[in-house]
Amino acid sequence: MIIDLQRFLAAERPFWIELEKLLDGLETTGGAVMQFEQARRFHYLYERAAAGLAKLNTFSSEPETRRYLESLVARAYGEINETRERQHRFSPWHWLFQTLPQTFRRRIRAFWLALGITMAGALFGGFAVAFDPEAKAAILPEMFANHMGDPAERVAKEEKDAKGHSAERMTSFSAQLMVNNISVSIRALAFGVTYGIGTIILLFYNGIILGLVTADYVMAGQTVFLLGWLLPHGVIELPAIFIGAQAGLVLAGALVGWGRRETLRARLRAVAPDLMTLICGVALMLVWAGIVEAFFSQFHAPVLPYSVKITFGCIELMALIFFLSRCGRAEEEQEKATAAAPLLEAKARS
Amino acid sequence: MSRLAILHIRTPEGIVFSQELAGPMTRFLAWFIDGLCLLAFVFLLMTALSVFGFLSPDIAQAVGTLGMFVFYLGYGIYTEWRWRGQTIGKRVLRLRVVDVHGLRLKFSQVLIRNLLRPVDMQPLFFYLVGGLASLLNSRCQRLGDLAANTIVVRIPKLTEPNLDQLMADKFNSLRAAPHLEARLRQRVSPAEASIALQAIVRRDLLEPRARVELFAELAAHFKGKVQFPVDTVEGITDEQYVRNVLDCLFRPGRKSAARPQPDAEPAPPGNVPPVAA
Repeated sequence: MIIDLQRFLAAERPFWIELEKLLDGLETTGGAVMQFEQARRFHYLYERAAAGLAKLNTFSSEPETRRYLESLVARAYGEINETRERQHRFSPWHWLFQTLPQTFRRRIRAFWLALGITMAGALFGGFAVAFDPEAKAAILPEMFANHMGDPAERVAKEEKDAKGHSAERMTSFSAQLMVNNISVSIRALAFGVTYGIGTIILLFYNGIILGLVTADYVMAGQTVFLLGWLLPHGVIELPAIFIGAQAGLVLAGALVGWGRRETLRARLRAVAPDLMTLICGVALMLVWAGIVEAFFSQFHAPVLPYSVKITFGCIELMALIFFLSRCGRAEEEQEKATAAAPLLEAKARS
Repeated sequence: MSRLAILHIRTPEGIVFSQELAGPMTRFLAWFIDGLCLLAFVFLLMTALSVFGFLSPDIAQAVGTLGMFVFYLGYGIYTEWRWRGQTIGKRVLRLRVVDVHGLRLKFSQVLIRNLLRPVDMQPLFFYLVGGLASLLNSRCQRLGDLAANTIVVRIPKLTEPNLDQLMADKFNSLRAAPHLEARLRQRVSPAEASIALQAIVRRDLLEPRARVELFAELAAHFKGKVQFPVDTVEGITDEQYVRNVLDCLFRPGRKSAARPQPDAEPAPPGNVPPVAA
C-alpha cells in the first residue's frame, strides 16, 4: 500500500516544524528546563513524528523526507532518553571531598602500577648515570639543558641568585608550568587508548629523567638542595602525573577487558565518569603545583632556608596522602553497609 | 574512496531510524573551520594582550599562555556540551556528535573525546591516527570516539518532495480504467514506487540518452505489472507513462483533470512533453 504522500506531508509538517523549533531551542539554550506542559507537548510531538516515520518506513516515500524525519526523531529521542542514572545538581564540595578521593581509591591498582613503572624508569635512569656519566647528555632532553653541567656548580649559581626567577617573570613562569604539566597528564590519559602502551612508555621515560637527575644530584652531594628544590611542588606534581597515568591505565584496562564479560562499549561506558573525575582532579593539583613551583620552589637559601622548603613539602605530602586515603571514607563505608543490608537480612532470615 | 555508513537505531517504541555517519573528510573540514576559529581567538587575545602588556608584561604573558591553553582545550568541550554535540565547524557542515546509541551526550563523553584528541592528531597536527581509525572503523569513529562511545552524524536539511512535478492538475489517461489503477497500486511495491519517484524528481539531472533509456526501462517494468487498455496508453511517451503511474500510486482517489480539447491553449514549453491521451 502507498500513502497519499502529499496529503500526509501537508497534515504532518506543522507538527514536525513545531518539534524542530523546540529542539533548536533546547540545543541552543543548553541546559534549559522545560515546564510540565511543554515537556508533555514535546513528548507528544516526538511520538507523532516517530509514528510518521514508522508510516513512511512501511509505505513508499520520498527518501529525503524520510531522512529528515529520521533526523528529527533521532534528535528528539536523544533529548528524551539518556544514560545518566539520575539527575543531580553538581556540588563542587561533594565532588572534591568525596567523589575524587573515592574514585582514586576505587582505581588504586592502576595508581600503584603507574608508580611502579615510574620507579622502574627512575632506577634505570639512576643506574645509567651512576655507571655511565655520558648517559646524562644522551638521555636528557633539551628542556633540561640547565642540568647538563655539574650539579654543584648549578647549586652555587642558584644560591648566588637566590631570588630564583626574577619577580617580573614569576606569573608567566607559573602559567607555563601549569600548561606543560597538565599537557603531560592529559597525554598520559590519552595514550591509554593505545592499550596502555603509550602511557607506560611516557611513565617510564619520565621516570628515567627523574631518576637520572636525582642520582646526579645525590652523587654530587647536593641532596638537601634537591629536596628543597623538588619537594614543595614535586609532591603534588608527580602524584598528579601518576593519577593522570592512572586514568590512562584504567582506560587501557577497559579496552583490554581481561576476565570481564561486559561488551567493550559497556566497559568504556562504566569507566568514563572515573576518567573524568581523575583528570579534573589532576588539573586542580597541577594548578596548585604550578603556583608553588613558580612562587616558592625557585627561591633558595639563604633567602628561603631549605629546612622550610622541605618541611613545607612534607606537610603537603602528608595532607595529600590524608586527602586521598581518608576523605569520603565514612560515606563510602555507609554506602557499602546500605548496599549489603538486604543481603545480611536475607542471610539472617535463612 | 566513497562510502555511506549508516547506523540503525531501534527505540523502545519499536521505531527504527537510521543516522548517516559523517566521513573523515567532512569531519576534517569541520575541524579546519574550528581551527580557523581558534586562530581568530588567538589573534584577538594577542591584540588585547599587546595593549594590556604595557601595564604588566608578566601578567599579560601568563594570561596569554593560560588563555590559549584553556581555549584550545575548552573550545571543543564547551561548544559540544553547550550545543548538544556541535562546534562551530560542525554547525556549518551540519554534523553532530551523539552517543553511539543515539542518546544524549554526557559531559564525561564530551570531555573524554576531546581529551583524547592529542592521540588522534598524531603525527603533529595531521590527524593521521584519527583519520585511519575512522576509515577502518565501521562507525567512522576516531580513537576519542571509541573511548567515549560517541559517533558523528550528519543532519539532513528538510527538502520537501515536489509532487507537483508528477501530474499537477493534468490529465491522466490511466484513470480511465479505475479497476486497473487499483490493481496497479496493489502490485507495485513501495520500493519500486520510490525508485520511479526519484527518477521523475531527478530527471533533469540525467543525460538525454540515459533519461530515455531509464524511463523506457521503468515503463516496461510497470507495463509488466498491469496491462492498461491500448487507448489509454496510446501515443504517450515512456516518461509520461511513468508519471501517470506515479500519479495513480501517490494520489489515490483523485479525479484527473479534464481531457485537453484540441482547440485548447497549448501547454507551456518544458522538459516534459505534453500529456497525451
